[in-house]
Amino acid sequence: MEYETVIGLEVHCQLLTDSKLFCGCSTDYIGKEPNTNVCPVCLGLPGSLPVLNKKALEFALRAAIALNCEILPYSHFYRKNYFYPDLPKAYQITQYDIPVGRNGWIELPYSHKRIGITRIHLEEDAGKLVHPTKTGRIEHATYSLVDYNRAGVPLIEIVSEPDFTSPSEAKEYLMELRSIVQHLGISDGNMELGSMRCDANVSVHKKGERLGVKVELKNMNSFKALERALNYEIERQIELIESGGEVEQETRHWSEPERKTISLRGKEEAQDYRYFPEPDLLPIYVNDIMLKEIKKSMPELPADRRKRFVSMGIGEKEASIMVIEKSIGDYFEEAVKYFDDAKIIANWILGDFLGELNKAGMDIWDSKVKPSQLGRLLTLIKNGTISGKIAKKVFSIMFSTGEDPDKIVKREGLVQIVDTSEIEKVVDEVLRANPDAVESYHKGKVNIFNFLVGQVMKATRGKANPNVVRDILQKKI
Amino acid sequence: MLELFELPAWRLAEMMRSGKVTALDIVESVLERIEERETELHCYNEVYKEEAIREAEEIDRQRKAGEDLPLLAGIPIALKDNICVRGKEITCSSKILRSFVSPYDATVVQRIKSQKMIIIGRTNMDEFAMGSSTENSAYGITRNPLDTSRVPGGSSGGSAAAVASGEAIVALGSDTGGSIRQPAAFCGVVGLKPTYGLVSRYGLIAFASSLDQIGPITKDVRDAALILGVIAGKDDRDSTSLPVDVPRYEDALGDTLDGMRIGVMEGYDAEGVSEEVVSAMEEVIEIFRTIGVDVKKVNLPYMEYALPCYYIIAPAEASSNLARYDGVQYGMSEDGVGNIRELYRKVRTAGFGDEVKRRIMMGTYVLSSGYYDAFYLKAQKVRTLIRQDFERAFENVDVIIGPTSPTVAFSIGERTANPISMYLSDIFTIPVNLAGISAISVPVFRGDGLPVGIHIMGKVLGEMDILRVSYRLEQELKERGLYHGV
Repeated sequence: MEYETVIGLEVHCQLLTDSKLFCGCSTDYIGKEPNTNVCPVCLGLPGSLPVLNKKALEFALRAAIALNCEILPYSHFYRKNYFYPDLPKAYQITQYDIPVGRNGWIELPYSHKRIGITRIHLEEDAGKLVHPTKTGRIEHATYSLVDYNRAGVPLIEIVSEPDFTSPSEAKEYLMELRSIVQHLGISDGNMELGSMRCDANVSVHKKGERLGVKVELKNMNSFKALERALNYEIERQIELIESGGEVEQETRHWSEPERKTISLRGKEEAQDYRYFPEPDLLPIYVNDIMLKEIKKSMPELPADRRKRFVSMGIGEKEASIMVIEKSIGDYFEEAVKYFDDAKIIANWILGDFLGELNKAGMDIWDSKVKPSQLGRLLTLIKNGTISGKIAKKVFSIMFSTGEDPDKIVKREGLVQIVDTSEIEKVVDEVLRANPDAVESYHKGKVNIFNFLVGQVMKATRGKANPNVVRDILQKKI
Repeated sequence: MLELFELPAWRLAEMMRSGKVTALDIVESVLERIEERETELHCYNEVYKEEAIREAEEIDRQRKAGEDLPLLAGIPIALKDNICVRGKEITCSSKILRSFVSPYDATVVQRIKSQKMIIIGRTNMDEFAMGSSTENSAYGITRNPLDTSRVPGGSSGGSAAAVASGEAIVALGSDTGGSIRQPAAFCGVVGLKPTYGLVSRYGLIAFASSLDQIGPITKDVRDAALILGVIAGKDDRDSTSLPVDVPRYEDALGDTLDGMRIGVMEGYDAEGVSEEVVSAMEEVIEIFRTIGVDVKKVNLPYMEYALPCYYIIAPAEASSNLARYDGVQYGMSEDGVGNIRELYRKVRTAGFGDEVKRRIMMGTYVLSSGYYDAFYLKAQKVRTLIRQDFERAFENVDVIIGPTSPTVAFSIGERTANPISMYLSDIFTIPVNLAGISAISVPVFRGDGLPVGIHIMGKVLGEMDILRVSYRLEQELKERGLYHGV
């Protein structure tokens, strides 16, 4: 029996405002001494009152516009009441019936599928619990500590429609969403550091039958984790149904080390949050002037940037990869200033460069190779100073030392041999040393030609220009 | 010869300016009075004796040196124990906040300090301002200085009793459903509840955020105008604070009421309103008629729903506002608990008194899923109707008068067993908070009886109107021997 999957995502992004959502404390809390980035307001001390950070509202509106949402001219904050030690007021100030924006959509970059955005709203982040044990896990701790440095940092929550039919689509969406908030400059979208967080709702049903019971998944801290967790959960649900069981409506926690989901709480433990309008804050009015201002200052979004990259001569797929990782796109645009063939730059970035970066687990801007140096390297190939093959070697050195390509080429004696008589000499030697190959070539095994080119290149330690080698070999064979 | 503690702030300020008395004389007079009466009355949860003396000496030194001091510099002021003062313990008369020291000043406290007034202590109250008799304090009851077998009213009972007894010259209270005006009425002093948003709530420990306002409790109307002038005005730290310029409230204290239209609330003589309150009301109406003011009856049809409406909205907000007292960050905590749920349960069970628990439960109930529409949402609609009632009435009159409370101060213990009878004490004051308008209570003393508070309600930002009318009423009462003060 064939199964179909239905997935919806709820994504939280921390906003890159200078100050928290309702007070003047900094949003730059990472690495600070616990409970030093706080004030009476974000600590929820008795008598303190929230005041909305207008910048955060502006950021949320930017997101709503980018996600093609209907912008609500009037919205307000609610209190979501629940007890938890990381929540200093015992309620979270969030939005409820009327969010900042709703009914939007985004188009996925590879599959071109359109995904509905149910709503986008503003809310405050909670503090962080620290469990002082070797594992850092609550079940091993005898007590927990709380750090309120993060409490009150502005978040936007973006809720998608349940439009995904596979984990890879969900991942594609999440990556595109990250790219959008990064391009908007409203969030750094870092899943590892928790500035972008994702919960998923997932259910399976037999084809043609009604929708299954949905399970909420939490704690996926990377794109890979999201994909793994969804795959695991889909399989778990199918197996359960196949063995005659029933999926229960519950919240499950993804354990990355164990590579499985674990039940956190069932439906009957679901809380009643007793939402009611936050009386300490005024309603939010978004007028046309404000919206116009924001629309005017909207930066280029990933979809437009992809189109622009394509118009620069880059393949659609390559453009998508560079845009989905905003930093790579930025690097590319910088490198284009130093070398005028965008396609070659893109190939280099997505080839050797990305390979080295992935090996090192590094962001492109953290590498030692500056865009100007990459441009210079490609210029050296173009003007015939070095061959493409040598360039790979030079790049590898650049990547580990950050030296200029000219310096490396000079020191290592890698300048390409342009003297054809010298190459002719080597070609003659190679032809003499490989009579069998020459014979097979004449018998019609034309592929052996490349072997002979390789032999010449090898003999010149790669310094010969392969095109020149080909020409000469062609003549002499 | 009158003692200094008996005088209103404006008189004392004049005397200090002319060099007749010093700030230290005043503070010492008040401290002696506290010494004399505090054991019996228990107005204060804490008196800042040494600091008050030190500050008074400093002000006297500055005055001697010829420094230009604010009008009210050196006047002792008592603060209700729900207004945050930096470095001072603040309890809301609850066990749950015991030993909590505020790290910051409320906006009103900053303003008081900038006027160089002297904070003399923090006054007793009903726990978290929930109550009408100051009997719901974890630190013991406060007695009415006019008759110590009776309650001072509440929840700002400590502030009202302190001003009435001379244990303070002026005080601040907070008013969510009558908590300034009703104790002012019971203790025979003046209490003013400003328009919602006129005075910043930043640093006032919340009971019901959409209803709470800080206001003055004073010996006379002039003092109320002066203190209001100090504490009123836009504050960027309170989003609900109104962006208005503060007028000179003392300019309202002229004699003439020319052109003023006064409405009398229908139903002031309804069942449950005591004989002495009704006759005091009639006397006051007669006074206004005598001086030629146009007095007409005003019908406010939705007022009868105010009490139930209030007892949905206020507890709902309170249940959320008081959820933060969980023993984790500050205040009371409990050792030897197995997990966080147990900590919450133990701390909140031991830390809150019965009335607070009752309201948390009511509030939690009315906000619960499935009940929200029937209670909270409905109450909000009724609240709008009440506001519109007032708006309509204020098309024809400038102020509306009625009794502040249906009875004079009742006996200690008389109503503690029956919450509804206690709640009814605020039946006339609650609509004002629901509508967000301004109101003041002025006492009428007749013979040997306890004072009756006359409630004068004004429009949104109608403070000039209510001060003008109450000041004139005060003058007329003085002439007729119905006034208790100096």
